Amino acid sequence: MNDVIRLTPPLNDADVASLKIGDRVAFTGAIYTGRDAAHKRLVELIGAGKSFPFDIPGQIIYYVGPSPARFGRPIGAAGPTTSYRMDSYAPQLIRLGLKGMIGKGARNQEVKEAMVEFNAVYFVAIGGAGALMAQAIKKAEVVAYEDLGPEAIRRLEVVEFPVIVVNDVRGNDLYEEGVKKYAR
Amino acid sequence: MREIHVKEVTAVVRDLCIRANTHLGEDVLEALRKAIDQEDSPTGKDVLAKLLENARIAREDSIPICQDTGFAVVFMELGQEVSLTGGSLKDAINEGVRQGYQEGYLRKSTCHPFTRTNTGDNTPAIIHLDVVTGDSLRLIVAPKGGGSENMSRVTMLTPAVGIQGVKDFVIQRVRDSGANPCPPTIVGVGIGGTFETSALLAKKALLRPLGSRNGDPELATLERELHEEINGLGIGPQGLGGRITSLAVHVNMMECHIASLPVGVNIQCHAARHKEVVL
Repeated sequence: MNDVIRLTPPLNDADVASLKIGDRVAFTGAIYTGRDAAHKRLVELIGAGKSFPFDIPGQIIYYVGPSPARFGRPIGAAGPTTSYRMDSYAPQLIRLGLKGMIGKGARNQEVKEAMVEFNAVYFVAIGGAGALMAQAIKKAEVVAYEDLGPEAIRRLEVVEFPVIVVNDVRGNDLYEEGVKKYAR
Repeated sequence: MREIHVKEVTAVVRDLCIRANTHLGEDVLEALRKAIDQEDSPTGKDVLAKLLENARIAREDSIPICQDTGFAVVFMELGQEVSLTGGSLKDAINEGVRQGYQEGYLRKSTCHPFTRTNTGDNTPAIIHLDVVTGDSLRLIVAPKGGGSENMSRVTMLTPAVGIQGVKDFVIQRVRDSGANPCPPTIVGVGIGGTFETSALLAKKALLRPLGSRNGDPELATLERELHEEINGLGIGPQGLGGRITSLAVHVNMMECHIASLPVGVNIQCHAARHKEVVL
């Protein structure tokens, strides 16, 4: 396996363009959480011409709805949720400059095309490893939509948060390549 | 008649909700260890090792294995010589779920289908009741996550397609699910019964310990053949390519209508959580 590439958001076009499928990346810095309900509201803001609860350009959205934090801890379990549910919203955010998404599972053609056109990357974290992923999260604060509970938008401060590049800006797809390599 | 107070049921359900979500079964841990040896992909081996590490952290730190702590599915086998006292059994189970999800810092994941408003306490529970002989009450809590449940399907096949048609449906379901249900998965298959029974048979198949086979030799063979074919699809751990797409395939079967061949496929992620107590 290749060496880990260390990055700190916000990402620029050069950071994103250098990544290729299969690369292991570790993020240190701030990333934002968002699931279905939060995406629906963000996209409604675009339609209404209103400002966002955080600046989208260069940022990374982690598709996660964490479990509640015990006293003294920043967060509960926090692994990725399935990404296809955000497919109908993601291209609009990519167009506004979102540079990365972290989730699990394949994206649809529209999202892949938007990633190629506007330089964005799709990363996956290990689904079902919520306890392990939480160890890389040092701080969590709700920045919008507290009423959504686990689905609220949170700003996470992460250290060496491990992900793998699945879709790069050249239109490659690690899921497709992986299956081709190991199918019998 | 033996009397059981429903307060006891509440306490047991509460504890089972918490324990199921933080303690992965030894059978799953053993299957993951074996899978590391069998996996060809270096990334796949790494993923499997991390899932074992995750289970250790969850157990030691009392943190959920997965943030999706599931819909609380409760299976009950109620002895017909048991008399339940002290109030409503259904209310007692829901109270157990409410307490377990609150006190165990588990995520509340039930909501209105359209408004998506969260019920706030992970109720209502899904309750499946079987009445059996004897004077004991067996309670199984099996929290079910949404990611793998979303990949599950029921179909009503034409009887003419036979066993091959069943196999084709199961394989296609796993192939189409890809990375979504967090492979390596456990695939529960229910064959026969009616529309709803096939789904329930599939779900009950997930409760069987990993490493066991159906007692019927024909179904044991079907389980082995399906498992081999699934692990030849190349999906692998987390769908990143590899050999171990599923840890096990479990099949349950019963009689069906002369016009029908119902098949349910219930996909379960590696966090195959279920704990039980017999009162």
